[in-house]
Amino acid sequence: MVTGLKSGDQSAMAELYDRYSSIVYSVALRVLGDTGAAEDVLQEIFLQLWRNPGAFDAARGSLGAWLAVIARNRAIDSLRRRKPETDLEDVVISVAPDLAGEAERHRAAEKIRGVMGAMPAAQRSAIEMAYFEGLSHSEIAAKTGEPLGTIKTRIRTALMTLRKAFGS
Amino acid sequence: MSGHEQFAEDLALYALGTLEGAERTNLERHLTTCAACKLELEQLRGDSALLALSVSGPKPPQRARQRLLDAVAKEPRVPKVVTSAPRRSWWGFLGWAATAAVVVFAISLWKENAALQQTLASTNQQTTQSSRELEDLRRIAAPILEPEAQRVTLVSVKTSPQPQGKAFYLRNRNSLVFLANNMPALPSQKAYELWLIPTSGAPIPAGVFKPDAHGSATVVNPLLPAGTEAKAFAITIENEAGASTPTMPIVMMGAGE
Repeated sequence: MVTGLKSGDQSAMAELYDRYSSIVYSVALRVLGDTGAAEDVLQEIFLQLWRNPGAFDAARGSLGAWLAVIARNRAIDSLRRRKPETDLEDVVISVAPDLAGEAERHRAAEKIRGVMGAMPAAQRSAIEMAYFEGLSHSEIAAKTGEPLGTIKTRIRTALMTLRKAFGS
Repeated sequence: MSGHEQFAEDLALYALGTLEGAERTNLERHLTTCAACKLELEQLRGDSALLALSVSGPKPPQRARQRLLDAVAKEPRVPKVVTSAPRRSWWGFLGWAATAAVVVFAISLWKENAALQQTLASTNQQTTQSSRELEDLRRIAAPILEPEAQRVTLVSVKTSPQPQGKAFYLRNRNSLVFLANNMPALPSQKAYELWLIPTSGAPIPAGVFKPDAHGSATVVNPLLPAGTEAKAFAITIENEAGASTPTMPIVMMGAGE
């Protein structure tokens, strides 16, 4: 599909959208909590990919994971009303499951949610605030009343737990 | 990540894009010189990607699809060619300002040389000069650019403040480029001396250098016996003029990677 985009094939764009728009929109909506704003992020990301399909490099991870991370980053930028901080080319997903199909994505999401659900509540809350709200550790500390060091440790531990669960 | 634990938690925050202030600045500075932490950062970004993939929700409305396809149809796209080096290559991890400076300088001068040859083709003297410069630059850059170059990392016995040296040695061209950073300052009468340790015979002097205010230093193509096979490289502290035999102790040493 990306090859099709590179040659300007609009049907390849439609196919790519049908396959990945759901994950992009879901992530944007999770961060922004607003359907209109999530639609804007969705539109922006796919249009950027149309304009610059070479930005995705298969060596950098699966297309689904790459788009999901870009959706999160763009949504956080939008949430915090700042200019986009990350170029498409700079997003590298070195370890993530290959999620070409809907069923694979569903299974992976279930597994990740299971791992998240098994985390201590404070740890899960810290990583979610950092990832889905874009809060800094000091903002999380101020919000929860916990020491800065504790927040840092919780966030790293949560990421390590995910890494361990996926054997990477 | 061994020896870099002080950055472990900041790396996690940085991977999420939420590290701020001086901590971010310090980490970014460290990342320019530390391949291990860059690798860990990529791993952490991969880990954090799993969080995005955990989300499931409603499909976007149908109008969003049509809106996109309309925009695509209206937009004449000029394909943009993006060429990228493999992210995990050794080259991508270098990140050394000195290396970049050498390569950028070499490339710019190569280009300049090409332009010079076109416009001043009638001036033999300048063409000759240009060719000489090109050959010099090729010799300088060859140990960095050529895949068969022997690459050696020298690491301090002491872990802090983690001085590092990287030697790029191309035996068949008799070329050596050495880049160092985080080198401790020396007394005014002293200098570091780089040694090529051959597979047989005594250590060979490979350049005397003093680090700058940031602890960085470069040695480019010191005079070396032709075709010497290197077993290792080492650094000692000598008088400013250098020595013909190393003065113990060896402060840094490394064999081929």
